[in-house]
Amino acid sequence: MKILTCISNVPDTTTKIRFVDDNKAFDKNGVQWIINPWDELALTRALELKEASGGAVEKISIITVGTKDAEPVMRKALAIGAEDAIRVDTEAKDAYYVAMQIAEAVKDGGYDMILTGIESSDYNGSSVGRMVAEFLEIPSVSSVSKIEMEGGNISLKREIDGGTEVLETQLPFVAIVQKGIALEPRIPNMRGIMMARKKPLTVVAPAEGEALTEFAGFELPEAKAACKMVDEDNVKELVNLLHTEAKVI
Amino acid sequence: MWEYVCCKGFFPKFDLHFFNKIYPKKYLNMNFEFTEEQLMIRDAARDFAQRELLGDVIERDATATFPTEHVKKLAELGFMGMMVDPKYDGGGMDTVSYILAMEEISKIDASVSVIMSVNNSLVCYGLQKYGNEAQKEKYLKPLARGEKIGAYLLSEPEAGSDATMQRTTAEDKGDHYILNGTKNWITSANSASTYLVMAQTHPEKRHHGINVFIVEKDSPGISLGPHEDKMGMRSSDTHSVMFTDVKVPKENRIGEDGFGFKFAMKALEAGRLGIAAQALGIASGALERAIQYSKERKAFGTEIANHQAIAFKIADMAVKVENARNLCLKAAWLKDNGKPFTTEGSMAKLYAADIAMEVTTEAVQIHGGYGYVKEYHVERLMREAKLTQIYEGTSEIQKIVISRGLLRD
Ligand SMILES: Cc1cc2nc3c(=O)[nH]c(=O)nc-3n(C[C@H](O)[C@H](O)[C@H](O)COP(=O)(O)OP(=O)(O)OC[C@H]3O[C@@H](n4cnc5c(N)ncnc54)[C@H](O)[C@@H]3O)c2cc1C
Ligand SMILES: Cc1cc2nc3c(=O)[nH]c(=O)nc-3n(C[C@H](O)[C@H](O)[C@H](O)COP(=O)(O)OP(=O)(O)OC[C@H]3O[C@@H](n4cnc5c(N)ncnc54)[C@H](O)[C@@H]3O)c2cc1C
Repeated sequence: MKILTCISNVPDTTTKIRFVDDNKAFDKNGVQWIINPWDELALTRALELKEASGGAVEKISIITVGTKDAEPVMRKALAIGAEDAIRVDTEAKDAYYVAMQIAEAVKDGGYDMILTGIESSDYNGSSVGRMVAEFLEIPSVSSVSKIEMEGGNISLKREIDGGTEVLETQLPFVAIVQKGIALEPRIPNMRGIMMARKKPLTVVAPAEGEALTEFAGFELPEAKAACKMVDEDNVKELVNLLHTEAKVI
Repeated sequence: MWEYVCCKGFFPKFDLHFFNKIYPKKYLNMNFEFTEEQLMIRDAARDFAQRELLGDVIERDATATFPTEHVKKLAELGFMGMMVDPKYDGGGMDTVSYILAMEEISKIDASVSVIMSVNNSLVCYGLQKYGNEAQKEKYLKPLARGEKIGAYLLSEPEAGSDATMQRTTAEDKGDHYILNGTKNWITSANSASTYLVMAQTHPEKRHHGINVFIVEKDSPGISLGPHEDKMGMRSSDTHSVMFTDVKVPKENRIGEDGFGFKFAMKALEAGRLGIAAQALGIASGALERAIQYSKERKAFGTEIANHQAIAFKIADMAVKVENARNLCLKAAWLKDNGKPFTTEGSMAKLYAADIAMEVTTEAVQIHGGYGYVKEYHVERLMREAKLTQIYEGTSEIQKIVISRGLLRD
């Protein structure tokens, strides 16, 4: 069995977000890039499955749609334990474009299980996973919080309103994973970092196609007002503030 | 006038292109950018420290508890032998990476980083550089994998800065030596299984008579003094070690007869880089905490960072930290490129240790009363900083090394 994890290269979650070009583009200056946290957990689970599979999982690959800037993050995924990597050499313009590129690049790769995160923490589109499955015409399961493998059988657990659902699926398929899929991402060790040097990172040209969306502009949310403390025996003041300032009563 | 002269061709115009052709290497070598790999190691160390050390660092310091599990995890990640050749099961990383890792871990927990430093840059370094194949196979490999911990036994009750005055003796008995004496202040003395012990074999030859031995801690005749009740780095174990007729096979001597003192000094040269980076980490950890606190704490109607007296303190601290970092990295770079680094290593250690003391003291000051209690970490960093001015050569001894280097010729 071969597992593919889709890795999105995203700004560190503590990044100060700024825009340039008339608020039409994200300012990448000084940004520290990380593996999208969901994707890191997906990769962790893939590694756990491989380690427990007694050889049934032969290989874990990763794919990223992005420019050369994405490579450090990809190398980290290799250092953590993925065997090889594909980079589709183009700006990841929107979810449709990314999914199309992934599908084109992997359609002949013979992957049995394709993992994506539930969302990419930069643009939070929550769409790539399902679109990849549609392009490849294979099943997809979303909001997966557990993947188990017994012999050749895969069982997936997903959270639904008021309970959980357990599914089995044919191969190949796409699993869109969320919280619970793995406990903690792994820290790469020295051996992994050293081996990552030698692991193949193949750069492929993008397939032809256009993005379907275009960005008209970005806006930052209004800054949150500072918290006001009211003395516990000053209820009158509290009511007054709720009425005149917060305007909620 | 000058233009006139130049035009007339008295002086050939300075041609940068030509200059580049003659000295291309000089330009290329001046590179402040870390490699992808070095950054990955720094981040791995940072993640490890945040995830595994921060949670109980205050408690372990208070109760002087050895970080057994933490060191095991550090070993699994390969940090305990990170510079050792992969041939001997090490991580094969350069010294620059080691500095970055030591800084990150020391920001959070210098007790753990001293265990890591002694193992890496004193013990593994010494064994890899001067040990023979059999010694490396038997002793270096488990140390590099971090399955065993190493200790370095030079200091004695009456031989600290002046390490030539070794009273511990190693009597040559043909196929083995018999060791007698006491070593003091030994980091990891209890948790280590492999000791590198300096001892005097030929007192008449003074320091040329000293030898160095690999001694297994559970050899009969070795006993430990009580755990030293230290000011800082309380989670690392420091003991005196007593040798009473301890038999050490001859094949456990490193190098030729009388090589021990040279070995001790060479190992310390490399070890110093680890302690320099530790001091750097303590300082930069304190700086980070001071910056964060000064942006949160309010006094006189505004965040204290808005008071210039505080902002300027932060500026001064940051300059010192940056200087220390540059000195550490320069010395590491020299070592990685096979160039002499003794003087630069001593400069880095002296400077980083001294500014660690200054920066942590200011960090406590910026925290006000909160800085004086344990919860905010900076009082601990201040206690830890003090040790970096003392061990692996006091600040005074570093000045001797530096000035001798300069005045010799
Ligand atoms: C407003 C906007 C502006 C953008 N600007 C840029 C830009 O300037 N430069 C740029 O490079 N990209 C840009 N992107 C693309 C963005 O980084 C994403 O790659 C793409 O939009 C998919 O994001 P999503 O939030 O829709 O992904 P989601 O559908 O939320 O992602 C789900 C999962 O899909 C997979 N995935 C997502 N993206 C990738 C990827 N690129 N490669 C491999 N797997 C992936 C991951 O497994 C992820 O967990 C922009 C996107 C938007 C919406
Ligand atoms: C917690 C801890 C851990 C340690 N770990 C180890 C270890 O693992 N292995 C090991 O071998 N040792 C270890 N040491 C020992 C350490 O290296 C020594 O304490 C140090 O070298 C100083 O020696 P000393 O304590 O005997 O001080 P002394 O040498 O007695 O120095 C006292 C003072 O005199 C100054 N001084 C001495 N000579 C001169 C001079 N010529 N000119 C100017 N000033 C001078 C010193 O700088 C110092 O200020 C450790 C020490 C501590 C506290």
